[in-house]
Amino acid sequence: MERIGVFLCHCKLIPPIDTGRVFEAIGNKPGVVYAADYEEMCMAPGLERVKEAIKDEKLDGVVLTSCSPALYEETFRHIVTSAGLEGYQMVVAELKGQDGAKEATQRAIEAIESALERLRMSRPTVSSRVPITKRALVIGGGIAGIQASLDIADAGYEVILVEKTPSIGGRMIQLSETFPTLDCPQCIETPKMTDTGQHPNIKILAYSEVEGVSGNIGKFKVKIRRKAAYVDWDKCNGCGICQERCATKALAEFQQYLDLPGKIAHRKAIYIPFAQAVPMRPVIDREHCRYFTKGKCGLCEMACPVGAIDFSQQDSFVEIEVGAIIVATGFDLMPKSEIAEFEEDPDIIDGLEFERLLCPAGPTAGKVIRPSDGREPKEVVFISCCGSRDPEHGVPYCSRVCCMYLVKHALLYKHAVPDGQAYIFYMDIRTTGKGYEEFIQRAVEEDKVLYLRGRVSKVFRDGDKIKVWGSDTLTGKRVEIACDLAVLGMAMLPSEGSKELAVKLSIATDEYGFMTELHPKLCPLESTVPGIYLAGCCQGPKDIPDAVAQGGGAASKLLSLFSQDEVILEEAAVS
Amino acid sequence: MNLSYYPGCTLKTKAKNLEDSAVASMAALGVNLVELPRWNCCGTVYSFAEDEELHQLAPVRNLIRVKEVESNKVVTICSFCYNTLKRANLLITNDPEKRNTLNTFMEEEIDYNGEVEVVHLLEVLRDEVGWQSISQKVQLPLKGLKVAPYYGCTLLRPQAVAIDNVERPTIMHDLLQALGAEVVDFPFATECCGSYQILSNPDFVSHCVWDILSSALRWGAEAVALSCPMCDFNLGQKQKELRQTHSGFKGIPILYFTQLLALSLGLDPEVCRFELNYVDPRPLLESKGLLRQ
Repeated sequence: MERIGVFLCHCKLIPPIDTGRVFEAIGNKPGVVYAADYEEMCMAPGLERVKEAIKDEKLDGVVLTSCSPALYEETFRHIVTSAGLEGYQMVVAELKGQDGAKEATQRAIEAIESALERLRMSRPTVSSRVPITKRALVIGGGIAGIQASLDIADAGYEVILVEKTPSIGGRMIQLSETFPTLDCPQCIETPKMTDTGQHPNIKILAYSEVEGVSGNIGKFKVKIRRKAAYVDWDKCNGCGICQERCATKALAEFQQYLDLPGKIAHRKAIYIPFAQAVPMRPVIDREHCRYFTKGKCGLCEMACPVGAIDFSQQDSFVEIEVGAIIVATGFDLMPKSEIAEFEEDPDIIDGLEFERLLCPAGPTAGKVIRPSDGREPKEVVFISCCGSRDPEHGVPYCSRVCCMYLVKHALLYKHAVPDGQAYIFYMDIRTTGKGYEEFIQRAVEEDKVLYLRGRVSKVFRDGDKIKVWGSDTLTGKRVEIACDLAVLGMAMLPSEGSKELAVKLSIATDEYGFMTELHPKLCPLESTVPGIYLAGCCQGPKDIPDAVAQGGGAASKLLSLFSQDEVILEEAAVS
Repeated sequence: MNLSYYPGCTLKTKAKNLEDSAVASMAALGVNLVELPRWNCCGTVYSFAEDEELHQLAPVRNLIRVKEVESNKVVTICSFCYNTLKRANLLITNDPEKRNTLNTFMEEEIDYNGEVEVVHLLEVLRDEVGWQSISQKVQLPLKGLKVAPYYGCTLLRPQAVAIDNVERPTIMHDLLQALGAEVVDFPFATECCGSYQILSNPDFVSHCVWDILSSALRWGAEAVALSCPMCDFNLGQKQKELRQTHSGFKGIPILYFTQLLALSLGLDPEVCRFELNYVDPRPLLESKGLLRQ
């Protein structure tokens, strides 16, 4: 480029820059014929000046500076192209930092020098028009993925919903009741699950995982592994006789592997994960099935009225083409064993396990019992921030929902055991959602839930009791509570396998494995790859309303893409 | 294998049973503990004072002794000495300013810049000898002896000097298991024994000791194993008083892990110096067939 112009922005958001020194340093760079500074380049008058200068000085290349190239590049590109240049003839340099004037000036010079270098390397691009395949892939069948699928399908587009477990529903369907309105997911989520299952535009691929992804926005090719269920789902009618006949029991994923007296929380080796499953189809657990472990059994095969059992089934693969992808892979709880101060004991459980104990449709039919002996716990301690907000033992971030679900637990426990006592250890109570603070007040005032402000140092078994040591920082005293059951509000982590999925999708994750949104405030639904959107807890801990909102938001982003027929892809021309 | 060995004051006086059983056991395992020349007190307690340089002279001098014998590692047996030496060493390594002050102050000594590694005997057993080779050398497995490992504070805190997981250590469990004992893990294994509060607040120490011992007993322990002479003093010496204040408490022998090591390696029980233990462990060991009557 022969005639390059440099435009220096230095509004009050950028540390003071010695513009004279900057101009001096870049003035003699090859090709630079024009330089100007302006206080607020990003505003209309500033942009007008850039446009005029390009025309008046007959510039064939420009370097612009900005506090946030990611946000301003698009705006600048419009101005530059309206002045007759092409996109490749512009580079935006970043000016940012908390340095003093001297460092800021030096950094500005370096940023502009490297932008000039990039501009020199810049080649004309060729744009190709790719027709958009108007079919969407949603990965993860929790509430966020369900919402996204329904919204896209209702708009008239085809949706493939991939879910790694045998049924959609996600974490939400495991919950007992949901805060702050205490409606049960079996009542409020099941309709959405059924709609998803019956929607003509939605195809659910349950018990399946994304194996590989290639392509770009508008046309992704996705390979999906359909795990062997050892049941022909097309023949099966979901009657459930197989799981009645099966003689082998195993700990159930859906019950968070709770081991309750009498094995009441166990499932069979062939099982439908829960009563409201969508699709209502069983899978065989190879690790426990006697046919696979001992080589003989076949009780389910004999019982099946339609001959759907197929022990010879293998994993199969399907390849699909989609125009855009929504990732909604959800969360897992940090394992309890990560907190070494808390012993491993059947009566020290995490929040999801307690949800199963409270759930009216759960293994105990909502009767609260201790896993060790089946007795009703008369004193229960709930511990907030186990692993969250604790960089030393876990993660520094707040998991956002624990304050609310622990108080919900305490309240539901008090309803189930009115003569029991619930204690909640907390650091701060974070109740920012609608109706949340009122919910806490209700638990404290009406249900006499006892809040203790302080952290817990040790949880251990002492004979029949679980002892909890902590401090009450409001009285400055040490506290020891001998309780029957301790419930830990463990930190939320990205779900298992989401890191590997992010690699397959080439999207960025943060240091904890949560998928990174394109901009923390202004692009919360887009991943770092065009055409791939994020919904729910795969992007960070959130509650149900937020997950549903993000699911809907991601769907509408995808639909605005589908409202066009083709997408323009720019590539550097091969010279 | 020769290892430089820092005994510390207590091992030469009240805890002779710890030193003798340790040195003899290590010799049987092929490790020769070579006592440092001209060692002095370790400084006993790591100082929390901000102006602490003077307090660091004692531990650093000992580390200089190690450097002088051209050794890059020193092993301690007393947990307190371990803690003080290790932390002083960390300070010297991480704080160039204080290192400079100390070196300048001790102008008669050679300069010390953190060249020596401080290890505890348990680490040597785990990392250099290995549990498997120990269990192969066991002559008299401690079969049927229910021992609770007790760590106290100084082997594990602060985290920077911990010889194992701070909250859930297993190093002594693994050793006792290698010796054939029935290991009893109990929740108070890492709680404080009360330490030097025994001087100013003896009732508080009684409270701590009772919590620890009653918990060990509830979990089925017949004896407690430890490595710290301070803990040994509190856990052992306080039992006389606890027998009077807690009806039904009959006492529980406290042993150094090295005494159990020596016994199981088939060494002459004389090296264990059981007569120095505050609660005589011999009746228990005899009842398990681990000592000739």
